[in-house]
Amino acid sequence: MKSAKMWRIALYAAAVLVTLESVFPFVYAIATSLKTGSALFTTELIPAHATLDNYISLFTVAEQPFGRHIGNSIMVSVLVVTLSLLLAVTAAYALGRIQFKGRGLLMMAILAVSMFPQVAVLSGMFELIRSLGLYNRAIGLVLPYMIFTLPFTVWVLTTFMQQLPKELEEAAIMDGCSPLRIIFQVFLPLLWPALVSTGLLAFVAAWNEFLFALTFVLDNDERLVPVSISLISGASKYDIPWGKIMAASVLVTLPLIGLVLVFQRKIVSGLTAGAVKG
Amino acid sequence: MKNKSRTAWLFLMPMIVTLLMVAMWPLLRTVWFSFTDANINDLSKARFIGWENYFGEFGLFANEYHTEGFWRSDWGIAIANTLRFAVLSVSLETVFGLGVALLLNQNFKGRAWVRAAVLVPWAIPTIVSAKLWGWMLHDQFGVVNHWLMAAGLISQNIAWTADASYAMWTVVIVDVWKTTPFMALLILAALQTMPTDCYEAAEVDGVHPLRVFWKITLPLIRPALMVAVIFRLLDALRVFDLIYVLTSNSNSTISMSGFVRREMVDNGYVGFGSAAATALFLIIGLCTVAYMRLAREPNAEKTA
Repeated sequence: MKSAKMWRIALYAAAVLVTLESVFPFVYAIATSLKTGSALFTTELIPAHATLDNYISLFTVAEQPFGRHIGNSIMVSVLVVTLSLLLAVTAAYALGRIQFKGRGLLMMAILAVSMFPQVAVLSGMFELIRSLGLYNRAIGLVLPYMIFTLPFTVWVLTTFMQQLPKELEEAAIMDGCSPLRIIFQVFLPLLWPALVSTGLLAFVAAWNEFLFALTFVLDNDERLVPVSISLISGASKYDIPWGKIMAASVLVTLPLIGLVLVFQRKIVSGLTAGAVKG
Repeated sequence: MKNKSRTAWLFLMPMIVTLLMVAMWPLLRTVWFSFTDANINDLSKARFIGWENYFGEFGLFANEYHTEGFWRSDWGIAIANTLRFAVLSVSLETVFGLGVALLLNQNFKGRAWVRAAVLVPWAIPTIVSAKLWGWMLHDQFGVVNHWLMAAGLISQNIAWTADASYAMWTVVIVDVWKTTPFMALLILAALQTMPTDCYEAAEVDGVHPLRVFWKITLPLIRPALMVAVIFRLLDALRVFDLIYVLTSNSNSTISMSGFVRREMVDNGYVGFGSAAATALFLIIGLCTVAYMRLAREPNAEKTA
């Protein structure tokens, strides 16, 4: 009996520890973002004189148009997700519902693309983006971002497609539905939870990307959020505006945490469909 | 039948063309550049120079100026750093991820809250987590040094990100913090699909819980664990952003990807950088094959 009680105590202790360890750094970032001046150098969690100055300065200092960067990031991520899903839905139908020669090989090739290192395409992509006149423009990043979002969405949607009941498709064929109508009118309404979870994961991936964004865009107005945060600087090398950096970090992270918590179950199912069955 | 397969390829075409354009073509161009003296200022002036970037006078390998040996050259250091980072962080993530998954698989009050909390580090962008920890580990004003001082564990502030003897561990710890949730979720999904009858039988027989874990749980979740590990391993081998932001690409932590970008963009040697990128591609390929073989072996024994 005693050991059962000890076990419960240990369990709850572990739960508390894991929760604190996960959440503390972000809570501390929020605390820091509300401090200015010498208050920054104290470690208190609840600032004595909380102020929103850091947040306001993000949007009022002209050299760092943070609002614009957020806009750029939203535009690029939404475009990437829309394009990936559009291309992936028809592809996933073919891969998931039709038996044809070369299917297995194609799946392996797609998986291989999703795994290869981004720097391996860096110089070739640099040349491609330049020749298309997209260098230094936020919208040009849509192209390289497809490298990691497209294979992933295809792969995950294929596993979801395979799970849909066969009878539905057969009935539709009997009624004389064309494959395109089967996809968009019969399957799509059933697939929307899968679309939400894959779309969300692709969105997060595009929103967080750093290497391509750092390399292909130098213009200050065209930057995306991650690069913007990494470049926030003060008057000198020794004067890093930590309060402002934390304010920007909190702003770009809160929506993500919100989305992830709301769609918790869907995301987990998307991740596991992509990984465990792969 | 023929008709069907034509429909399939028709539906696949847009996706295949896109992938060929954004992945295959740039990859082939990178390999081509690795055999040229391309410079970032004008790629069209690139001249073919054969294996020069790989084995030439200033090449990546067998370079006569590497008087202290290959592993002391910048490229050698980058390879060693990356491998060290990948092995350390992925093994720690696996252990912690397993622990968190086992915890979340128990029944206790507030489990949903703990699971939500665990997702937070995963939802935070890598750059943000690098900045977050960069601030918490700040040598003068960081909360971590402050705590350690208060607890009397250290007598002097530690420069976690700048001091060469701590920098790599700092990077590893931040990466483990950020990616353990991914591991935990995948393992938890595997745990929840497991049959309960084995456990009931084990409980009836009075088998020790640790024995149950080693003999039943671990073998059953092994396939899922292996997949999760390879996903993370491939990710860790191409690490760039965390190291670039947290320790500003210092020599004690620079990764292969960091080296490639530095040579290609900062120094402008696109040809040389592309050679390193191609080598990195092959190294990661080799690691994958080696891992697949290692992962398969014990299974083969069992079925034999």
